[in-house]
Amino acid sequence: MTMSLNAPLGTIPSTDALIARFRKRARMSFLVPGIILAYLTWIFFAFDIPGIASRARTDNAAVLLTDFWAHKTHVTRDNRSGALSVSKDGENRGAYPPGLLPDWVSVTDGVTTIDLGDGNIVTYDDQGARYVVPDYGTIQIRPSEDGQSLILDAPLPLPSWINASDRLITVTTPAGRFNYSRSKVETFRYQAGWALFFFTADSPFFQKSPLELASLAVSGDRIDPTRSNLSYMASEFWNNKMWHHGEVAWALFETLLMAFIGTFLAALVALPLAFMAARNFNPLGPLRFVMRRIFDFIRGVDALIWTIVLARAFGPGPMTGALAILITDTGTFGKLYSEALENIDEKQVEGVRSTGATALQRARFGVLPQVTPVLMSQVLYLFESNTRSATVIGAITGGGIGLLLTQAIITQKDWEDVAYYMILIVLMVMALDSLSGWIRRKLIKGA
Amino acid sequence: MVDIAYGPGNERGPDRKPGAGLDTTGAYLDMVRRRRLYSGIILALFIALMIAGFQLAESRNAGGFINGLPQIFAFPSEVISEAWAKRANIPGLFVQFLPSLMETVNIAAVSTLIGGFTAALLALLATRGLARWPRLTPLFRRMMDLTRSIPEIVIALMLIFILGGGPVPAMIAISLHTAGALGKLFSEVAENADVKPVEGLTSVGAGWLQRMWLGVIPQVAPNWLSYLMLRFEINVRASAILGFVGSGGIGYDLKLAMQWGAGKYDQVVAIFLLLFLTIVLIDQITDHYRTRLVKGEKKSRA
Repeated sequence: MTMSLNAPLGTIPSTDALIARFRKRARMSFLVPGIILAYLTWIFFAFDIPGIASRARTDNAAVLLTDFWAHKTHVTRDNRSGALSVSKDGENRGAYPPGLLPDWVSVTDGVTTIDLGDGNIVTYDDQGARYVVPDYGTIQIRPSEDGQSLILDAPLPLPSWINASDRLITVTTPAGRFNYSRSKVETFRYQAGWALFFFTADSPFFQKSPLELASLAVSGDRIDPTRSNLSYMASEFWNNKMWHHGEVAWALFETLLMAFIGTFLAALVALPLAFMAARNFNPLGPLRFVMRRIFDFIRGVDALIWTIVLARAFGPGPMTGALAILITDTGTFGKLYSEALENIDEKQVEGVRSTGATALQRARFGVLPQVTPVLMSQVLYLFESNTRSATVIGAITGGGIGLLLTQAIITQKDWEDVAYYMILIVLMVMALDSLSGWIRRKLIKGA
Repeated sequence: MVDIAYGPGNERGPDRKPGAGLDTTGAYLDMVRRRRLYSGIILALFIALMIAGFQLAESRNAGGFINGLPQIFAFPSEVISEAWAKRANIPGLFVQFLPSLMETVNIAAVSTLIGGFTAALLALLATRGLARWPRLTPLFRRMMDLTRSIPEIVIALMLIFILGGGPVPAMIAISLHTAGALGKLFSEVAENADVKPVEGLTSVGAGWLQRMWLGVIPQVAPNWLSYLMLRFEINVRASAILGFVGSGGIGYDLKLAMQWGAGKYDQVVAIFLLLFLTIVLIDQITDHYRTRLVKGEKKSRA
């Protein structure tokens, strides 16, 4: 509005120029989307997106999605020794001790009965195994006399979900999976939730309801005479052999530590350097130029390269990650700070100068109070984004939650661990996000 | 104003009790002293925290700080001396790695475009006063928070498991993150947009898309473009890192060359130089256009 008042009359464009400008705009408004569309189309074929559908492993996706929210329990009998084992994912550390089997598995007189729910019953006995499938019938499997092959007895014709050869018979139903081979017979049952999340099966607190646990913690006799039930419980949870809650908490803390040390040390290191790079504080042009090129260089080299170089010198760990963040952010802060310093109000500095203050005092009382809110807000913003970067840097240098996460993903087995770490990372990032947002709002209001 | 009207003496002010001046000065100095004490304590605590944190990080690190310090230059000098010996190869290697570099830049560009477009839509849907469905603004906000806080590497590695290698997992991962991160910034800009054009368009019966396209986008375009360019630069780096950890692009070539170790250091240097020059170039170009966009906007407002 003020512009139209102050603008000289001569600057009003002629009609022809106006029409030309409109034409140009009309051309641009078709040209720009057209170019973007053409680019995206090219990428569509260059990245072979039509071929993605055929390359995608839907079975992997199914495994991943089920594992996120469900767990699999193996009920396995060794056909040679007759030993029965019940465990989560077939892992030793997730095994259920014989007296504490899940309530859907029962053993009486050497006959194991597994209730998969909805009328699906699997029985292991000394003859072989039986699987009763509702609306279908009973599948009976026993080894042949010479023990070399398997004999299947099931209502004919065999449906497609039964896969039979004379060495291996598999049955897949919505209730679970069943495999019979000459050496062992296995039943897998999928159930919602993460098994053994609080206590593993060898813990005295296993399979207790929250109420029982609470009463044990408050009153109740000591299970271990040397310590209270509560501290015993805490240590059983912390040292959980399946989920390693203690190690995960340490890893999360390491990631936070990397981001914290890296960001705030960089903020301190960059402050004097930024004064050297700001036009109004450093009259020496060449020095200013050198400082700015240093900042550009540091930022240009990229965190990836810094991390690799530092990991060679210091080995894997959180300090390496912190130093990588420190170096990268020094460049970023140096640039941001020096821009903020060049935009300050000179009057306050003049005022402090008039009292006979030295350069250091002018910086302390004339400049810093002006820029502190801006700088702090930038520092907090980078801290928040660095908690995310620290996850990635941890994956490269080998420290923190990033390492745990990439390891869990690379083994391609424990997807529930991946889900657990992901949830923790997201919660941590969100918490820091809102914390730094809250502090920044306070700072800006306070300014 | 009061001080000017009544002069420096506090006694003459209408509401002030006589003799209060001395006390206020004392109280003021007291307050300053207390403030300095507090900020001193906070600073000391902060420094102590930093030192303790650093020592903790060092103790959990494989190698110590002091021991590692002299070795910082050992690896780079080893790499550079080998690459210098084979410097004749480097121009050829530049040509060899150019396609991977293009892939990395393309991943970043596509993710910025797709993520930016999604972010614009999400931002408009999540901004109070502009939203299409005002009741759903919290939902869109949480969606942005969620996509922003999941690190790209998590999505990328999971997608590699499902889709196999190649540029697509990285592209999807970066797009998702970009949508969340830019969405937040876009919505902050849109919140400050003038609603009068929107009201004007409503009065002539414009639909939601028309109101946004003609009433809001022209106002926010310079700032949005500026954020978009900044994001492009960040995404180039992210795409290089994702290549190193997982799928394609120049990051993957760098990882292969690094794993080979001595003997392929000329490749390491070539890739490093390509990456460095690209990032600096993009940095300079976007910086130039960003200042022009934002300054140009200021000029027209003044």
